[in-house]
Amino acid sequence: MSFWEVTAFLLDGFKISLLIFAVTLLCGAPLGLPIAFCSMSRFKPVKAITKVIVWIVRGVPLMLQIFIIYFVPGLLFEFPLFAKVDTYFFLKFGILDAGRVIAVMIAFVLNYACYFSEIYRGGIESISKGQYEAGFVLGMTKKQVFRNVILKQVIQRIVPPMSNEIITLIKDTALANCIAVSEIIKQANELAATKALIWPLFYTGAFYLIFVGILTILLGKWEKKLSYFRS
Amino acid sequence: MILEVKNIKKDFGKTKVLKDVSFSLKKGQVLAIIGSSGSGKTTLLRCLNFLETPDSGEIIVNGKTLFSAGARYTDDQIRENRLHFGLVFQNFNLFPQYNVLQNVTLAPSLLNKGTPEELDALGKKLLTQVGLSDKLENYPCQLSGGQQQRVAIARALAMHPEILCFDEPTSALDPELTGEVLRVIRSLKGEDSTMIVVTHEMDFARSVADVIIYMADGVIEEIGTPEEVFDNPKSEKTRAFLHGFRESF
Repeated sequence: MSFWEVTAFLLDGFKISLLIFAVTLLCGAPLGLPIAFCSMSRFKPVKAITKVIVWIVRGVPLMLQIFIIYFVPGLLFEFPLFAKVDTYFFLKFGILDAGRVIAVMIAFVLNYACYFSEIYRGGIESISKGQYEAGFVLGMTKKQVFRNVILKQVIQRIVPPMSNEIITLIKDTALANCIAVSEIIKQANELAATKALIWPLFYTGAFYLIFVGILTILLGKWEKKLSYFRS
Repeated sequence: MILEVKNIKKDFGKTKVLKDVSFSLKKGQVLAIIGSSGSGKTTLLRCLNFLETPDSGEIIVNGKTLFSAGARYTDDQIRENRLHFGLVFQNFNLFPQYNVLQNVTLAPSLLNKGTPEELDALGKKLLTQVGLSDKLENYPCQLSGGQQQRVAIARALAMHPEILCFDEPTSALDPELTGEVLRVIRSLKGEDSTMIVVTHEMDFARSVADVIIYMADGVIEEIGTPEEVFDNPKSEKTRAFLHGFRESF
């Protein structure tokens, strides 16, 4: 196989990695916000339950969570949820094993939403009480204070830890391998097994590096854009 | 009477911070509250601005009872009540992500108090009044403490409060910056502006205030005109407090 054939073959896998990355970011980042609010709730049971969920999700390896999401519906309820996904439908979009990919996405979204929620919580709790009070004494509603006063300061503070998480996320997508999702490393292993080519496995690193490089630049720009004020 | 405060009590756990505080204020009067740290001055101001809820007592503005202990108030009622008062904080609490003009116009624009053009004009007018017409586009982090506090005063004025409260407005400032802030507060004195100033600046209190309250251990130990309180204090505690101030120089 030529270098370009290998590249194209790996790129097919990296597309799946990117898809998992994008879905996790687009769904997990918003989902983290309600989780953060629940973990700060004044209603004790909500707070306690949320804390336990976050503890479990952050306390168990992501690989294990992927196994659980994928296998448990079939094992426990005799309902192999992800085997029922219409493979042919997703094949049209170039996605092999859609059921497994979806299982991986669900595990990733839940896992990352919990991590994001802790970043949000830290950010929100780090804003001084005086900022809320300044808004309140001017007659703003709680919603207005949060949206117009607090939010941007929180965003400024969470960009560096979020950047970290986002960079970790693209590399974590390799875990999809564990239920045979054809992400990039699985593709490279495929070449090792079928064509006795070992170098593509190491070549995958270049894909991650280039993508992380782009992310680093973009996230750095975002951080810089928000640095015009000091809170 | 523009403001009547009746029998306000406030505990934090076992600490009784305010023990039965009552006073009243006429429109256009300036009240200075003096006293040692921990005497309940700040808590009193926070009660007036509904940042704390008194355990008992009443707050009446222009004859209307805004707060009566025991009654339940919705968030919206509390918000409406707050609009009668303005509060300038010790540490400014400006909104860091907005420039000076936006800091002043944010609340009135969120509460639909005018068109953007009107509010811009109002903001510029108020900032000129506090001597910051050349800093409209600056961000709070680019200003000195004294300038920040003057922005905070303009911001409070933009909501046209009937009673403007100052919580130790110069305590977080370097000594050389207190003058500019005190001058602005002094310039606000007039028929239409009723003010309550918690302060440690005795000379300022004496010269600007119509009424002085000396607070100690959660009670009003002494109340009167500046002459009465500063020159002929009735209470032994007031005398000791004022004496302590003179000795410090």
